[in-house]
Amino acid sequence: MRKLRRLAENIGFGFAVLVLIAPAILVFLWMLSLSLKNELDNTAWPPVFIPDPPTLDNYRDVFARNDFLLYAWNSVIVSFGATFLALVIGVPAGYGIAKMRAMRAAALILIARITPGLSYLIPLFLLFQWLEMTGTLWPILITHLVITVPIVVWVMISFFEGLPTELEEAALVDGATIWQAFRHVAMPLARPGITVATILAFIFSWNNFVFAMVLAGRETRTLPVAVNNMLTFEQISWGPLSAAALLVTLPVLLLTLLAQKQIVAGLTAGGVKGV
Amino acid sequence: MSQATAASVAVRAVANRRRNYARRYVWFVIPAAVVIIAVILFPWIFTIYVSAFDWRLGGERRWVGFANYKQLFTDARFGWAVLRTIFYTALAVMLPMLLGLIAALSFNRKFPLRGLARTIFILPMMATPVAVALVWTMMFHPQLGVLNWLLVQFGLPPSLWVYSADTVIPTLVLVEVWHWTPLVMLLILGGLASLPVDPYEAAKIDGASPWQAFRYITLPLLAPFIVVALIIRTIDALKAFDTIYVITQGGPGQASETINIFLYLQAFAFYNVGYASAVVVVFFILIMGLAALLLWTRERVRMT
Repeated sequence: MRKLRRLAENIGFGFAVLVLIAPAILVFLWMLSLSLKNELDNTAWPPVFIPDPPTLDNYRDVFARNDFLLYAWNSVIVSFGATFLALVIGVPAGYGIAKMRAMRAAALILIARITPGLSYLIPLFLLFQWLEMTGTLWPILITHLVITVPIVVWVMISFFEGLPTELEEAALVDGATIWQAFRHVAMPLARPGITVATILAFIFSWNNFVFAMVLAGRETRTLPVAVNNMLTFEQISWGPLSAAALLVTLPVLLLTLLAQKQIVAGLTAGGVKGV
Repeated sequence: MSQATAASVAVRAVANRRRNYARRYVWFVIPAAVVIIAVILFPWIFTIYVSAFDWRLGGERRWVGFANYKQLFTDARFGWAVLRTIFYTALAVMLPMLLGLIAALSFNRKFPLRGLARTIFILPMMATPVAVALVWTMMFHPQLGVLNWLLVQFGLPPSLWVYSADTVIPTLVLVEVWHWTPLVMLLILGGLASLPVDPYEAAKIDGASPWQAFRYITLPLLAPFIVVALIIRTIDALKAFDTIYVITQGGPGQASETINIFLYLQAFAFYNVGYASAVVVVFFILIMGLAALLLWTRERVRMT
């Protein structure tokens, strides 16, 4: 009897877990399904769920029109550039803030995180117009620092604060400069933290929409902006639209699957997320 | 020399040394400080400046003092945007908090394939908002959308989803819930992992039911983590922009025009950047006020 009750409980719990993860799976599967069907099946009623036969035409379509590769390249430059710059300046800053226990600086970073991203755009837009930089990728890359720098600094502060200080102190006693102590002792120890910061900064930069939407010209769109434009101008062709949407988010989904441990660690450490 | 002054000299010397020791690390922070001043602090200050002008993009610019703010407080469209934002935020906080708590309690138990299930559960949170919003837009289609097909299968009447002023905000909240419940789950799960086991053993010996253990041990110990999740969720819900903009652009009519959408339209559709800057300042004060209130709640939770 007791065994039976245990079994029923386990089945019930398994069912509950399925219900919890079903929305996530179903939305992505539906996205995949739409992207592999022709237009006739996509607008069929009742809906066709399994593509039969599956077709790659939608993907060919995306690459043939739309300058998709150019926009993908823009996204790569912006996200890698903004992440790289944020690491170069953010990792030492996180170390410095942790060493100085500069809580006010840390609070400033936190306020930057809770401010809506949109609110940075008006002054930066005016500034870039005045500097005549619009039409290049620079304004987009620079505004993405608004996202990546606070993430990197915030993650690194918590990692450097968690490091034991004995090794660095030993290095300093042996005559190392503070820069050497940072570069050769603290930084190698904090490598897991740097990985977490890199992944999070990259993902939130890649996913960002509003900065590029306002600042990008025809040639400098990033992928999210390009995909949104497809919706506005080709409302009815669901196949290519889904294919493009899936291509945009696929790198991030793969990265999440590969590095979910780091992502979970980073997000729970400070609840950091892009603006 | 008396012992007291000797001690205070020593204390001061230690304090000085600490300060000097700290000052050596300033150079580590300066590059980041320059960037933060340029892309974060400068915009804040410049926004306040612009908000005192009648400033049209590509047009004239005239000093008007506080006129933009006066106009804002009598602007019915902005008033509605504030009310909508409150409605949206209330729903988009409560539902993910509740579901996130349930999900965290489920994922805290051991079961086969738990890691995989958790990874799948957090995928929506990492997915590109624009891509996700596009798929939802297609699913919300009143005639061809898969969601109406599902409703009909369950014997429910089809809905107009985002195409009706009555249902648009709850529908957008649905997307937000799908998108951000995972973050709430992660934050609470982190808290669950840090709970001590002793109280549970004591409760078991005293014959407490699982519900009692949850109500009188788990919930109070978890409260600080729940409040942190609440703060983060509230701020994120207030800031929601991408999915709303992609799915409805504030429509139909102005039925889903939240503060953020209103702000965007003023600045980059009507090119009225002076007025939009006033919106930014008011919005910023609103968010900071709310964050302060929630932090204050957190302190109180911690003390009790």
